[in-house]
Amino acid sequence: MDSRKQVFASAAGETEAFKMSNGGAPYVRAMHLSIGYPNEVVVADISFELRQGQAIALIGTNGSGKSTLLKTIVGLLPPLGGEVSVFGMRPGSNPRRIAYLGQFHASGFILPLRVVDVVRMGRFPLYGLRRRMGRQDDEIVLSAMRRMGIEKLAESPLRSLSGGQQQRTYLSQVLAHQADLLILDEPTAGLDAGGRELYLQAISDELRRGASIVTATHDIQEEPALCDQVMLLARRVVALGTPQQVLTHDALLETFGIVVFGDQKHVHVLEATHGHDDKERLR
Amino acid sequence: MDWLVTPFSSNAFMVHALIAGVLVSIACAIAGTFVILRGLAFIGDALAHGVLPGIAVAILVGFPGIIGAAIGAAGMIGGITLITQRSRLSSDTAIGLLFVGMLSLGVVIVSRSNSFSGDLTRILFGEILGISVSAIFIQLAATIVIAALAIICARPFLLLSFDPEQAEVAGFSSRLYHSIMLFMIAVTVVVSFQTVGTLLVFGMLIAPAGAGALLARRVEIMMLWAVLFGALSMYFGLLISYHFNLAAGASIVLVTVAIFFVVFIIQNIRGRRAVRPQEATHG
Repeated sequence: MDSRKQVFASAAGETEAFKMSNGGAPYVRAMHLSIGYPNEVVVADISFELRQGQAIALIGTNGSGKSTLLKTIVGLLPPLGGEVSVFGMRPGSNPRRIAYLGQFHASGFILPLRVVDVVRMGRFPLYGLRRRMGRQDDEIVLSAMRRMGIEKLAESPLRSLSGGQQQRTYLSQVLAHQADLLILDEPTAGLDAGGRELYLQAISDELRRGASIVTATHDIQEEPALCDQVMLLARRVVALGTPQQVLTHDALLETFGIVVFGDQKHVHVLEATHGHDDKERLR
Repeated sequence: MDWLVTPFSSNAFMVHALIAGVLVSIACAIAGTFVILRGLAFIGDALAHGVLPGIAVAILVGFPGIIGAAIGAAGMIGGITLITQRSRLSSDTAIGLLFVGMLSLGVVIVSRSNSFSGDLTRILFGEILGISVSAIFIQLAATIVIAALAIICARPFLLLSFDPEQAEVAGFSSRLYHSIMLFMIAVTVVVSFQTVGTLLVFGMLIAPAGAGALLARRVEIMMLWAVLFGALSMYFGLLISYHFNLAAGASIVLVTVAIFFVVFIIQNIRGRRAVRPQEATHG
């Protein structure tokens, strides 16, 4: 437990150690932030900084607070305590610069929408109510569909697509925005191997372009490898630091209650005798 | 041919009815499209019936019914918003409560007055065959307002139907645009009650747009189908009512519901025969 606290403390203190593309203000900054719903604190005392061109992966079980943190950053939920700023301002003040991929889409199966219409919606924040989109926007939309391999489905109705194809459509929508900050909630949910590969390529391209990314994921291998920081969440911050510092058997055991690792010959299973949920309830 | 044209060419009241009816069809197609996409059918129904006490009181004190209807609709929406925001009850519960309350209030008011029986039929089923020229102009103005709102708010309305959180993050207040949408539906109900009556306006809101939703791949096309189906229902409903001496409002709504079922059956037969191409190639 103490060693994990050290990881957390050193990660918070040594942000210079992470890749930094410039010395400007952080894109996202949280100080002792508490998040949750009006009568329920989900996670307390979150502190981290995310600068331009950096990515942070939030890893944890269902209900660990990942989505709640993302919703607080985009301004859908007010912070319950502490401080949070996005581009130095209150969350939600900069819709033109933030693209958000939520977990659930209200009525994908009722709406008469083609794939291209959904992807075009990604450009709406840049144009407000009435400003006209041009040919350049059509090209950006087409390129966003190509990046997720769905350009041939452009004219297909969204409701006729499989779950994975719909997820690729939503990811294309996010890419079409060309935002400075991408907030992605379980972006690889439902994607097949090809889709995951295209996604990983797309986010490394976005990072190279100078965008920053906050992603909530169950993936503890490929996606964190692209990230500068990893935060393990289990209704509290279990650890925060570089992937190498944080993705240890101990920390994962505390986050998930079980860890499976090994090579081709041997498989090891570590299982917590007391799940972290029980510990939480005793507190 | 005579059967189709003469009723209109030789009767001014039939022409007035058709003009008013087509205007109602356009307003209901636009508002109804969002009623269906946003799953607001229940609130549409409640509004259609909840305006009754307002109309009854207006007629009692000698005001135009349309003013009473507007006050009734405003009370209804205000009440629903208040209960939903100030309690943990879902909007369904709030809508149901207000709906029954307002309807009973309307019937109580009507039952106190002996001179009301003819008026009640008129309120519930409209008097499209006796529509005045000034009422047609009010309907025209309302239809223009509704179309203008739909054009101005096209982007937020689309995002709201797709995912309210996405709308919020894109910088379009979901509360504001939801209220504008409700206002649009309320205006449609209030001005259309003179033509098809409070009971039947609900049919014009959902049946043509519902049939459009079955056919269209895009929201704009869905609306155009709804206008077409609505206008056809008006024409054939009036014709049937003229030739067979049937109640006009009810005949119109019966035709529109019949069109919905014809479209539904054709879609199902076609759906069984055809293998959807994108599932075959990309499934």
